Amino acid sequence: MDLVKKFAHPGFKRGQGRKTNPGRQVDPEALRQVQHLLGDARRAPDELLENLHRINDHFYYLDNRHLCALAHEMRLSQTEVYEVASFYAHFTILGDNETAPSGQRVRVCDSLSCMMAGAEQLAEQLRANQDLSVELVPCVGRCHSAPIAEVGQKHILNADVESVTEAVRIGDTSPECPALESLDAAQARGGYEFLRRCLAGEIEADRLIDKLEANGLRGMGGAGFPTGRKWRLVRGNHGEKLMAVNGDEGEPGTFKDYHFLAIGMHDFLEGTLLAAWVVEASTAYIYLRDEYPDIRQNLDKAVAKLNASALTHNTKLIVRRGAGAYICGEESAMIESIEGKRPLPRHRPPYVAEIGLFGKPTLVNNVETLYWARKILCDEDDGFAEQGRHGGKGWRSYSVSGRVKNPGVKCAPAGITTQELIDEYCGGMLDGHTFKGYLPGGASGGILSASLGNVPLDFGTLQKHGCFIGSAAVIVLSDHDNVADAALNLMKFFAHESCGQCTPCRVGTEKASLMMAEDHWDQNTLNDLCTVMTDASICGLGQAAGNPLISAMRYFPEDVPSKLKYCSTEKN
Amino acid sequence: MDKSVTFELNGLATTAKPGETIWQIAQRLGETIPHLCHKDAMAYAPDGNCRTCMVEVEGEQVLAASCIRTPTSGMKVHTRSERAETSRRLVFELLVADQPDTAHDAGSHFWNMAKKVGQTSSRLPRSPRPECDLSHQAMSVNLDACIHCNLCVRACRDVQVNDVIGMSGRGGHAKIVFDMDDPMGDSTCVACGECVQACPTGALMPALLMDETQQKFPEPATKIVDSLCPFCGVGCQTRFHVKDNRIVWVEGRDGPANQGKLCIKGRFGMDYASHDNRLTTPLIRRNDAPAKTWDMQVNPANPWTHFREASWEEAMAEAAEGFTRLRTDHGPDCLTGFGSAKGSNEEAYMFQKLVRTGFGTNNVDHCTRLCHASSIAALMEGINSGAVSAPFNAAEDSDCIIVIGARPTVNHPVAATFLKQAAKAGTTLIIIDPRGQEMDRHADYSLHFKPGSDVSLLNALIYTIIEENLIDLDYIAAHVDNYDAIAANIIDFSPEKMQDICGIAAETLRATARTYAKAERSIIFWGMGISQHVHGTDNARCLITLATITGQIGRPGTGLHPLRGQNNVQGASDAGLIPMVLPDYQSVANPEIRLKFEQAWGSPIDPNPGLTMVEIIDAACAGDIKGMYVMGENPAMSDPNTHHTRTGLANLEHLVVQEIFLTETAMFADVILPASAFPEKSGTFTNTNRQVQLARPALTLPGQARQDWFIIQELAQRLGLDWKYADVSEVYEEMRSVMPSIAGISWKRLNLEDSVTYPCAAEDEPGQSIIFTDGFPTLNGRAQLKPVQIVPPDETPDANYPMVLTTGRLLEHWHTGAMTRRAAVLDGCEPEAMAHLNPRWLDKQGLNPGDEVVVSTRRGAIRLRTRADQDVSENTIFIPFCYAESPANMLTNPALDPFGKIPEFKFCAAKVETLETS
Repeated sequence: MDLVKKFAHPGFKRGQGRKTNPGRQVDPEALRQVQHLLGDARRAPDELLENLHRINDHFYYLDNRHLCALAHEMRLSQTEVYEVASFYAHFTILGDNETAPSGQRVRVCDSLSCMMAGAEQLAEQLRANQDLSVELVPCVGRCHSAPIAEVGQKHILNADVESVTEAVRIGDTSPECPALESLDAAQARGGYEFLRRCLAGEIEADRLIDKLEANGLRGMGGAGFPTGRKWRLVRGNHGEKLMAVNGDEGEPGTFKDYHFLAIGMHDFLEGTLLAAWVVEASTAYIYLRDEYPDIRQNLDKAVAKLNASALTHNTKLIVRRGAGAYICGEESAMIESIEGKRPLPRHRPPYVAEIGLFGKPTLVNNVETLYWARKILCDEDDGFAEQGRHGGKGWRSYSVSGRVKNPGVKCAPAGITTQELIDEYCGGMLDGHTFKGYLPGGASGGILSASLGNVPLDFGTLQKHGCFIGSAAVIVLSDHDNVADAALNLMKFFAHESCGQCTPCRVGTEKASLMMAEDHWDQNTLNDLCTVMTDASICGLGQAAGNPLISAMRYFPEDVPSKLKYCSTEKN
Repeated sequence: MDKSVTFELNGLATTAKPGETIWQIAQRLGETIPHLCHKDAMAYAPDGNCRTCMVEVEGEQVLAASCIRTPTSGMKVHTRSERAETSRRLVFELLVADQPDTAHDAGSHFWNMAKKVGQTSSRLPRSPRPECDLSHQAMSVNLDACIHCNLCVRACRDVQVNDVIGMSGRGGHAKIVFDMDDPMGDSTCVACGECVQACPTGALMPALLMDETQQKFPEPATKIVDSLCPFCGVGCQTRFHVKDNRIVWVEGRDGPANQGKLCIKGRFGMDYASHDNRLTTPLIRRNDAPAKTWDMQVNPANPWTHFREASWEEAMAEAAEGFTRLRTDHGPDCLTGFGSAKGSNEEAYMFQKLVRTGFGTNNVDHCTRLCHASSIAALMEGINSGAVSAPFNAAEDSDCIIVIGARPTVNHPVAATFLKQAAKAGTTLIIIDPRGQEMDRHADYSLHFKPGSDVSLLNALIYTIIEENLIDLDYIAAHVDNYDAIAANIIDFSPEKMQDICGIAAETLRATARTYAKAERSIIFWGMGISQHVHGTDNARCLITLATITGQIGRPGTGLHPLRGQNNVQGASDAGLIPMVLPDYQSVANPEIRLKFEQAWGSPIDPNPGLTMVEIIDAACAGDIKGMYVMGENPAMSDPNTHHTRTGLANLEHLVVQEIFLTETAMFADVILPASAFPEKSGTFTNTNRQVQLARPALTLPGQARQDWFIIQELAQRLGLDWKYADVSEVYEEMRSVMPSIAGISWKRLNLEDSVTYPCAAEDEPGQSIIFTDGFPTLNGRAQLKPVQIVPPDETPDANYPMVLTTGRLLEHWHTGAMTRRAAVLDGCEPEAMAHLNPRWLDKQGLNPGDEVVVSTRRGAIRLRTRADQDVSENTIFIPFCYAESPANMLTNPALDPFGKIPEFKFCAAKVETLETS
């Protein structure tokens, strides 16, 4: 050692040097596992969500070591991976010293229809079972069979403790898929024939648009934008165009897209390819919510067949999987999600028809819209244009749940009233229940009293009552239900699903939830919260989040907690 | 969007410029709309998330965020409607609800805005808030004040492109995180402090400004001074916040090179100037001091073992007397001066003028010799200009960027941000370096080639371009000589032949060459990885060939940019701190030029070019150099083969060191003159972009320390020179009279504009940021290409020394560490010397990260600990050269490039042994 001279130095002599470069280092074992799970999957940034699923599906959770390795493998920064992974409800991240939760994971839907059907009690009873890891989750889209529990990927309809425990006991965790028509069978009954003629140049694209406009088809996702006009707008853009199909129906009480994908997968897919052909989209991404694993299996199969056929020569189909985020139903948030980012809604303008997915003009249509578009274009629409009541036009699929005898997706003439829906389509109210009120458009559409049960359910007809139809998710309430409780359930849902981007929605929904849980509602302040959420939120989620609260105070004052009417509750 | 539009703002017809937002228009017209998440700076795109800037647009259902909304023709906007103002007030009420009872920074932008809208209280219940995170030495994180405005994320991601800060979770659970919700101090944070500068709430604050309860000290700064950063060649403009004659906080100014950005050194490394070790009085070596030996050491905190205090008069007399005596006894060539690339242009100019006219020799050099001397040699030979052809900001206009032999995120962090931004925006980024680096993540191609095989790799690229006919024939015909010799020489360098030599697959080499040549606009950046080799000049010649035969120079987004190291290495070279050339690279051997300077300076000039740095040390060892004047250089640490360097220094008869600290070089001094630190100086500094910028003094000198320019003048006068500069500006104006490059940049203009690019011929010209737009300043106006052959490294690994040692810098430490080891945050982040080794190699050797080892070469051995570093390949050791306790330059090879006379710091044979076996 004498060889080595010890020199003095001018440093502060504070601590030792780092043994590695700064920050978390990639664990070689975790990297090998991640590389194995990814296989030859693309490493491009937009694959992030898919790659997270690949890891999560295998381990049932996301370990920090795997996230770090994934970042390295995809050449992303650690935080870019973490902030996306931590956004979505279906990913559970394990910190450095955390272990995976033990027991079979059981998810119980806690959205309004399920809670009305006893979901909370079900969850409580299940929690008594130590072998289960029970969590409450937002609407899983099977509201007509409430309450719903998920064991793994298996949906237990009209669940009770026995059916859930039995499924766990026998390890029944795989999704139960609806019967899927084969591509051959679909073609044998004339499916894709119209598309084939379009692709062969026998029909002009503008004709299709004209026909949709003549039939008055409007977007069924909630906003009701005229479909033909949207196709025309996107078609008019130059350069590469893309399409994104919104299959993220997360609006509580809505299950119509599930319905159409279950009964008409190929009609929907032909509609998708027709739309893509009209707007000349090179790729159509089908974004499906992760709550529908049964539908996803069918969709993956059908799309694989189609992609191998000549029908997708012009437009490649890509299925993308959500991961538990209501906000992804917002079209620009969905686009961000497809790009592998946190799904924060974009500011408008610009609109996605001009600058959408990957910065390219993008046609975004809802699943049901494409189903109907194809039906109309192929003249299989049962006289769509002639349908309608009380000034409405066309067919409308109402997802009816709550206190009616026969809940379900009801294909009824647009403009029908709730009272008519209950009486003509749902076999009336449940025995022992009196019609008290209803939600015309899921969580965001507000709540109306039974006295307004004769208002036509259509675009534009409910606005003057402070409500809107949105996705036509009609939840029927009875005299057994407290509307303030319902409003609190919905506000908590919004708080849970707010992306957190803008202040009014992020803070407003949270504060409103806290205040609405109190014994006395400070209605002045709550009204102010609704004002700022409505006026100043970036997207529809925040803008509509106050609707049920306002409705409860306006139409159901008797339900509003008000124990301290003569005391001031003002705080500093 | 491209045209201006007319709309109505609060009832008045208003014209919006293209792209202007409503917020910006209102601001322009004198109304500041409340805002939190919006920062009115170029790199910060508006995000529109806080919703405090809402305005009402007639006919629209909801309010609009004015920061992100551009008006359309005929739009009617109301910024002060009741609805808009109510909404803004309510948004503040939402945010105030969760603020801590006592603000971390009561004077923050957030609270100022809350007061402005009249909402500093809230009726709303409070939600749980995150704990504070004090894990970082430089910054305190108090997320209980966070309003989720996302500015820190944009700062980290869009502006600095470090990608450390993210927003995790969602809704009310959304939270700012570092990496994967790690403590800031444990994360990959590089402490650029951009987030702190951007944070409007006090959630992210400089730790130094906070008291123990995490509240900001009242009135932390009493003086604010606009100046520059003293560290690297990027030339960031800074704003120093000063209290009690200490710099307590540094902000980035919107300078042309940094656009508001800084790195950890400029942001958190300025306390060195106030370190206790500052030299505050002249020192003279004691008569009874121990004899000088190569390994002698003096404690900078207690120099009295070797030195005694002296008056300025005595010290200056002693300093001058030594030089005059040696000059008289042995002639001027026994004297030499090492100037500094850390000093100002004026100091460099005076220093070389003193050596040339006071000593009477051209033996004047500085650390450019150790950095880019070979690059300059090749550039002077090829295009007769050593300067960059375009600023690094040209990356923004480029389609293809090559970074070769450089790690800009470490050595030029702010310049790197522009490269990363360009890569993120779609520009092809090619990184060519034996070591991996952070920026590889953004690169389209990362070529980790075998150390020392640069020429084989570069010639393979040239081969491909010529063989595949990707040359620019028109450009060659117009501007390039000797292309045929290149084409003839290249025959033996096909990628297929070179792939085994350089370790990069032929197809990758070809793809790289094609990408570079075919891109509309390509630019090359390089650093010490190119220059610090015995074939450094050859490496640079290849780069010149690449750029000229493809015509990738002289247009926006193209060019050659040797990233200059020191903050004023460009300026010091321009000012003539080089043995062969006078100011503006005018050859000392040219009689006409000499005559011009002799007339200007009123003194004869030696017609013989002087010795270079390493040659001077050799001459000192040999006894030929006897007297040396060193200003702000530390050859005892920075020169190769430290044992030899220090032997030379010890051998000197008279060494005068002008310094701010008792450096390893100053330990050998006979006279030490306490001088000025950067933040005490006034003067001009020229960055890598050729931008001449003005530094202003922020601190007063400690003790009896004096301004460097004043000390040089005092010495000059004692050497018989008739110098009477009243202040720095007079020196600058004299420089301007002999340096055509800066003729248009007057001192007065610099005071107004802070930064002007040279060449600049007239005061009303902006200065040329891109040069060689029409040929080159050679005799015939054409580039003179030089074919090169493979020259292997001087010392290759063998059985005894099986590994390759390469040296360089760390992000946190500057050069020899004289300043940064004395900056608390910087030294705290990287407190000791580490040998960076590949983790697999460590594994194979049975070594753990952190184990002590001995690294040795034929020249010496040092003891240090290991660091596992993926960026280093398995047979390589990287050691930073900033650590006095384990000086990497004990090990390095002093073999020189024959043209640039630069030592081969980047390659020598070495071995690693455990303490037991060594």
